[in-house]
Amino acid sequence: MNLKGKSVLITGASQGLGRALALELAREKAKIVAIARKSEPLTNLMAQIKSEGGSSFAILADVSNKFAIYAITAQAAQLAGPIDILINNASTLGPTPLRGLMDSDCEDLAQVFETNFFGPFRLSKALLGPMLIKDKGVILNISSDAATSPYENWGAYGSSKLAFDHLTRIWAVELHSTQIKILSVDPGEMDTQMHADAIPDANRALLARPSDIAHRLKNILLKIDEIASGSRLFANDERFA
Amino acid sequence: MKPANSPRFRKEEQKLMVLGGSDSSLREMKFSEFPSVLNPGDLVVLNDAATLPASLHGNAGSGAPIEMRLAAHADDSSFWAVLFGPGDWRIATEDRMPPPAPGQEDVLTFSEGLHAKILEVSPVSARLIRIKFLEKEADWLNEIYRIGKPIQYSYLREALSLWDVQNVYSSRPWAFEMPSAGHALDWNLLLQIKKRGIKLASLTHAAGISSTGEPVLDAFLPLPERYDLPQETVNQILETKAKGKRVIAVGTSVVRALESAVHLRAGIGRTELRLNSDYKLRVVDGVLSGMHDTAESHFQLLSTFASKNLLQEMLNFAEKKGYLNHEFGDSCLILTK
Repeated sequence: MNLKGKSVLITGASQGLGRALALELAREKAKIVAIARKSEPLTNLMAQIKSEGGSSFAILADVSNKFAIYAITAQAAQLAGPIDILINNASTLGPTPLRGLMDSDCEDLAQVFETNFFGPFRLSKALLGPMLIKDKGVILNISSDAATSPYENWGAYGSSKLAFDHLTRIWAVELHSTQIKILSVDPGEMDTQMHADAIPDANRALLARPSDIAHRLKNILLKIDEIASGSRLFANDERFA
Repeated sequence: MKPANSPRFRKEEQKLMVLGGSDSSLREMKFSEFPSVLNPGDLVVLNDAATLPASLHGNAGSGAPIEMRLAAHADDSSFWAVLFGPGDWRIATEDRMPPPAPGQEDVLTFSEGLHAKILEVSPVSARLIRIKFLEKEADWLNEIYRIGKPIQYSYLREALSLWDVQNVYSSRPWAFEMPSAGHALDWNLLLQIKKRGIKLASLTHAAGISSTGEPVLDAFLPLPERYDLPQETVNQILETKAKGKRVIAVGTSVVRALESAVHLRAGIGRTELRLNSDYKLRVVDGVLSGMHDTAESHFQLLSTFASKNLLQEMLNFAEKKGYLNHEFGDSCLILTK
């Protein structure tokens, strides 16, 4: 898939992997629609993309808010045209330091699911409609190894990511008669603020840089025609180096 | 006929009346049987306009409370809008208090980040004004989504949220009220339609405000409306026509756009077409629509597709069978071939 001129909507675009992805894909001449909750980092991102000759639009919104969804999709379609690629990247750990399930408040678990599961479900549902009419489009869901390994104290995040992976697989089955691809990618451990919040004493030298992972995710998009919908991919797979 | 008073009544209970086609009888069925009425090779054209939160509460220059409903695009940077005085959606529009008389150059304030300047007051009615938002497009659009509400209908039980007024395939935010003919379509049906070899295509038509409660103004509707007809859709229509198959419009907004595009030229246009029984259709062979009483302007539009007597007969039958009307009600499909 050629990314030039494609409209790519990225949630959680103000920092970490989302920001790196916005920069990486803008360099491929994709039109970036960057979603985040904070204005200043979004403004900085737009300025950087512009200085590199790229094109981007920013929408301030919280994907966990049901009533922000049509504000996002409508503004994106108006400003950047129909969305070709949706990258559901925004996610939250919930309260940090991370704590065991017995010490987690019900409301905290619910809030993690709002951001990591219901938010991307609603956004995907709203954007899939126009994709289905055209019978083309890609949804890339950012997963985590916490979806498959039961790490102590990662209950809220890990279970929301596993639910999200399964949602992706079921959606792919339901859309099997179409040309739309929906997949999840485990990016591996990265040196991000989220990682530092979760594991403050990690050895950062051993962690991948978000820009390197963004490069690999770009390669996944470039090779999307060879990838089966519903796949769960690993960014560190050598096919995407 | 009674109105459907909630957008959330069960899809499985939705009904469809089919008029015309190969046999000219009236046929009654479940809406879920819609694909069975179509033939492989037929083309279904949808209006993919997303519905704006077009109702904005604010203050006139004098500070008096007003409601402004965006009604249509006037040009690339201004809108036609209708003003109401104080009151909310539970009061029928015809019973609403009048707004303070608007003046050219007046500025209406909706929030700290949303201001509209009145460019023109219509000679048709002082409640119809042409406005321009004073903020940049990205900013006013964002603010409209923050503080605006979808246009409401007084016959509903509860206020509508933005989720209630989107079709499942909605994209660009151009519609001021929901293009409601597509409301009963879900993806289960649309995918079935595709599997049967029936094609889907879309255009964007800025469906305007349907009623204002002021007779003189209502008689003036619909205002000229903007549409965007993609080249891909034009190609699909030409292919369908060449094979002698039917083009089915989902909603009268799609009919207006397709019948207005001269020689089916792709691109952005504006339609002032008024459909009525004298109009000869050039492109469209059938329309899927909601149920509308004879008193509604919509009935005139449908008389393009079938005689008023037949339509009246259909409505009588529908009424007897307990069909519901208005935006979230049951449907009819009227075929000319």
